[in-house]
Amino acid sequence: MDAMAGRKPVVVWALNISVVLLVLLWLFPTLGLFVSSFRTGDQITASGWWSAMFPAEQTLQIRAADPDDNRVDLGGGRFMVEGNIFGDEAFDGKMSAWATSSRRLGENAPGATADLGDGETFTLNADGSYVWEGDNDQISGRAQRVFIDATTPPDFTLQNYNFVLFDENNSEGMAKAFFNTLTVVIPATIIPILVAAFAAYALAWMDFPGRALLIAAVVGLLVVPLQLALIPLLSFHNAIGIGKGYLGVWLAHTGFGLPLAIYLLRNYMVGLPRDIIENAKVDGATDFQIFTKIILPLSFPALASFAIFQFLWTWNDLLVALVFLIDASGQTTVMTKQIVELLGTRGGDWEILATSAFVSIAVPLAVFFAMQKYLVRGLLAGSVK
Amino acid sequence: MHPALQGLLTIVIGVGGCIGYFYGANLLLDKVLFKPTGPNAGRNINLANQIRPWVFLMPALLALGLYLAYPVVATLRLSFLERLPGNEFAFVGFDNYTKMFAEPKFLEAMKNNVLWLVVVPAASTAFGLLAAQLTDRLAWGNIAKSIIFMPMAISFVGAAVIFKLVYEARPEDVAQIGVLNHLYMLFGGTEPQQWLQIPFWNNFFLMIVLIWIQTGFAMVILSAALRGIPEETVEAAIVDGANPFQIFFKIKIPQIVSTIVVVWTTITIATLKVFDIVFAMTNGQWETQVLANYMYDKLFRANDWGMGSASAMIIMLMVTPILVWNVYNARKEMR
Repeated sequence: MDAMAGRKPVVVWALNISVVLLVLLWLFPTLGLFVSSFRTGDQITASGWWSAMFPAEQTLQIRAADPDDNRVDLGGGRFMVEGNIFGDEAFDGKMSAWATSSRRLGENAPGATADLGDGETFTLNADGSYVWEGDNDQISGRAQRVFIDATTPPDFTLQNYNFVLFDENNSEGMAKAFFNTLTVVIPATIIPILVAAFAAYALAWMDFPGRALLIAAVVGLLVVPLQLALIPLLSFHNAIGIGKGYLGVWLAHTGFGLPLAIYLLRNYMVGLPRDIIENAKVDGATDFQIFTKIILPLSFPALASFAIFQFLWTWNDLLVALVFLIDASGQTTVMTKQIVELLGTRGGDWEILATSAFVSIAVPLAVFFAMQKYLVRGLLAGSVK
Repeated sequence: MHPALQGLLTIVIGVGGCIGYFYGANLLLDKVLFKPTGPNAGRNINLANQIRPWVFLMPALLALGLYLAYPVVATLRLSFLERLPGNEFAFVGFDNYTKMFAEPKFLEAMKNNVLWLVVVPAASTAFGLLAAQLTDRLAWGNIAKSIIFMPMAISFVGAAVIFKLVYEARPEDVAQIGVLNHLYMLFGGTEPQQWLQIPFWNNFFLMIVLIWIQTGFAMVILSAALRGIPEETVEAAIVDGANPFQIFFKIKIPQIVSTIVVVWTTITIATLKVFDIVFAMTNGQWETQVLANYMYDKLFRANDWGMGSASAMIIMLMVTPILVWNVYNARKEMR
């Protein structure tokens, strides 16, 4: 190995820095969506997500309390409104200046009193408390507007997730799509494993004419694009009365997943030690017993690899669901379809889009990080597809 | 019935059915049809053992035949037919193909697909190789690899949303919220660009999404291949005074060429089938059409099964060389 030892520190530094850059480049897009899903729509459009991590300078526009309801008679035709401009909530930012007109932003320092003409005054302190004084005409009708230059700390919210997942008024609810996706994925992952495991065992350890031909056929089918299957199979499903629905999509995913499953599992099973199997045969075990008692437990890593592949693939799938599952009623929509729909109808509402996308990404990401070992192993074993 | 309940029931029925089938068929073979006792015990055992492989294979063969082999034939047949009202079909020969090749949108899809096939596998493999080589000897290399590998778990649709945000353009006088336009303005751009609506170049902005996803795959495989290189070859090169670039290009690359080919063809197949990214991001507008999306358009929007099937056959035709190559290699390996 051309080891680190003996290399110049400059080279090591350059290496580290270039990997950091590469990693950042790969992480940045996802991070952007992730951060955006915790910001309100106004925040997202006001500034780039990368500035959300730092205190932001912004101009807040707030009205004082309604004078007709809140004014206090000071006598002599003078009236006053008192209160806190930020309402009941404590202001956790820092006010640097304020103004009573958008044309004179930053005119007054916190604590100063602004003269609004004809004896009308407005005083605003750094903590948001204000006093607004004037005569009957001035302290009535519309409340005084103030423009506050403030530095606000990073502010993140869970309200998007709350809205997307739990809000009853949200017609584009992801909650239903989430469960629909789950309903598609679980059977579509388990059934092909079982079917493939038996077939893989036969192809690996049983002798029969045509075995080599079948293995070649499986390798060939690995790359057949599923696009070809859409119309013939949809017609077939309609002909046998399944139509569009869960049963159809489960069957389709099973069929499309089988070549990889058989290929991966066979390759793994062939590598198992011959002695164990032959000893078991000598001891009088049948093929069925050998398969269930020896091969299946030993093949766990390969089974896990394929399970992850199939899980990721079915969870992330759009095309198969579009063709075999989602009907005109829209009751069986899955998350990927829902997000495409949102891209069309609410393309500008980034808080909804980002949150919905992250809801659908979260589960596969969790599976990915938890089971990465098996995923890598499976990739190395089956890198033909 | 609630779909979740239905799903649960299907799991039970499906899994139970599978287990029941395998167990029952096995039992039938051994205990009823060919009992390993009596005068014909030996012959019976042999017969049972000849039939058993097919019992094990049957469900898989049925599914493979019906869901993958039959559609190839059926689609080929459909591509020569025209669907008439009332679910009738008429044989039209190569009409669907000639009509398709006369359509500008199809030629655009072909042209773009070729562009994708040239750029995406090359870029993904190159980035993957770079990442594999750079992270190989770093203390935190595995964390770096994890992060570059991560997009593998993200759906094409999710990735489409992620990159839509990257490419987002806002009017010139307000803050840019897309990273790309922010940087573009920072480095002296005159006005924010709608990256996905600039013909020709927008193809590359779509390809970046797939490259971003596939690089991790290439990296994982190539990294394993790099580690499999015998250390003596590298050490000998160092002793002979080779510099790091020479070691990489003249010693390491030649030894992992076969793996590079595998990675390249695998990504090529994924690229050929690319659908979700284009469907979600541009839907083929602004001259970004690709074959898979064109086919979806024909099948389910225009309801033209003939031309849809013909374009599916084009995809199949483009996959065929790789299919033959894979089968050839697999057979060679088995011998």
